[in-house]
Amino acid sequence: MEVGPRIIFKVMGENVTETVVFGWCISIVILIFAFCATRNMQRIPKGAQLVGELLVGFIYNMVKDAMGDISEKFTPYMGTLIVFLGFGSMLGLLDLRPITADLNCTAPLALVSFIMIHYNSIRARGFIGYNKHMASPYLWMWPLNLMSECMFPITLACRIFGNIFAGVIVMTLVYSGLATASHALGSFIPFFQIAFPLPLNFWFDMFEPILQAYIFTMLTMVYIYNGTTTDEE
Amino acid sequence: MTGFTGAELIAAFSSLGAGIAMVAMIGVGVGIGYNAGKTVESTARQPEAGGALMRLMLIGVALTETAGIFALVIAIMLLFANPLMP
Repeated sequence: MEVGPRIIFKVMGENVTETVVFGWCISIVILIFAFCATRNMQRIPKGAQLVGELLVGFIYNMVKDAMGDISEKFTPYMGTLIVFLGFGSMLGLLDLRPITADLNCTAPLALVSFIMIHYNSIRARGFIGYNKHMASPYLWMWPLNLMSECMFPITLACRIFGNIFAGVIVMTLVYSGLATASHALGSFIPFFQIAFPLPLNFWFDMFEPILQAYIFTMLTMVYIYNGTTTDEE
Repeated sequence: MTGFTGAELIAAFSSLGAGIAMVAMIGVGVGIGYNAGKTVESTARQPEAGGALMRLMLIGVALTETAGIFALVIAIMLLFANPLMP
């Protein structure tokens, strides 16, 4: 059983996989939607503008709830994360391979979050204050705190990758099992696949992606907030 | 030994190891169950805090799940991307 992303074409010896191509497609679709929704805006929104306003309002509320008064400048990044990861993980609904079922997609995003957390932490506390916080409560805790900080992007990347990839494997097994069952009844059309996997599709292709994208964004927000507030002094 | 090749033995024991690695899910199940139970208790005690508790529970579930997800990643590596396989 081949589970990795397929290679679509090669550019100068570099493999361009499904992950990259579908990532481009999602970006383009989101861009086109944002462009269409903001042409001739009405005071009373309807159609695409209404959907866009709901989504943007939801993201602004979510970031404001989690981060308080420093939320304004982080909201665009958080909105990008949750929309891209959410749609990227829901590609299973279109019978495509979700892009987050590839560690090469989730690890860079986790790395960006990691750099963002520590850049903002150093900027808010100063280099001395940052190191003082890393060495709290005792000096010998510094390497341990460093290790736990470095584990954060690894767990962040592995969490969404593991969840979505497990969903991909389960869905592949269920679909091939249903095809085998209907072939065993002597039919060439795999008719068992019609409505039986719908609850599983709902769980693995709609609920899990939304939950995991939300958790990815939420953990980034919580860590940035914890890194920038200096309430203990 | 009844004529197994090295690759067959590695495949067999890797499959066994993948199954054993997933035993870690026992702890994850207990942890998430405890988490959700406590959230229900707190929500029953103070229903107006339900939304905030739900958010906290989701974060807690995600952090609890990490151990199980590592076990899953190791099992997937043993099955599909085995570094020992010749």
